[in-house]
Amino acid sequence: MWNLFFVAGILAGGWVAVHVLGNPAPVKVDARLVLEMRGYGVQGFGDLMPAGLFNWGALATLKGWLLMVMGGFLVGFGTRYAGGCTSGHTIMGLSTLQWPSLVATTCFMAGGFVMANWLLPIILKL
Amino acid sequence: MLKYFIAGLFFGIILVKAEIISWWRIQEMFRCQSFHMYGVIGSAVAVGILSVWVIRKCKIRTLAGEPIVLSVRKFNKGQVFGGLLFGFGWAVTGACPGPLFAQIGAGFTVVSVTLLSAIAGTYVYGVVREKLPH
Repeated sequence: MWNLFFVAGILAGGWVAVHVLGNPAPVKVDARLVLEMRGYGVQGFGDLMPAGLFNWGALATLKGWLLMVMGGFLVGFGTRYAGGCTSGHTIMGLSTLQWPSLVATTCFMAGGFVMANWLLPIILKL
Repeated sequence: MLKYFIAGLFFGIILVKAEIISWWRIQEMFRCQSFHMYGVIGSAVAVGILSVWVIRKCKIRTLAGEPIVLSVRKFNKGQVFGGLLFGFGWAVTGACPGPLFAQIGAGFTVVSVTLLSAIAGTYVYGVVREKLPH
């Protein structure tokens, strides 16, 4: 039960950080990433996320469906299958020097590198 | 219960202000284009090590007054296969489970669909877990 209050707090914290403690300066993005993303027609570099990719209308497209629905599914499925996420394994597991958490963290990073460098470009070109 | 909400509130603010929920920062991390996320995660682990040491040394209890028990991790193949799948999802959505809530709060309401899909993913895992290698 306490975790519901905790996640409600995270949600409220996200709102407070943007509306009360907002930083008016645009988010800086590495020039190489901007160049690569422009090549796929991705915009919105000043914001925390590219609104052109993540919006309600895009859910009806294959690209949007892959990014939001499939992406979310992988996060949830993978977290339970691995027995933890970046906080459970990477931060807490490594803090307590447990090698299975190092294995999980290495696989999180390996999966991320494969997706970001090889699979995501294919999705973004759809 | 308010205490948990406040702890979450601080966590949410930090996730946004440290740009941990930024899709761009996650992309930069997986392309080795910035040190940002490595710095955030590295310092979190350092603080974690220190916190665990203090918790053990001072026998600190939870808000509910219970002793803090740190789970012992046993290796299974799920950490490899699940870890890779999680990594795929992380690079696509730019978020791990906690940040999904912060992204919604920060105004990206469509991420609530990603969140529901993640919950569906945890449910489907529960259904098929017997058939998966562990």
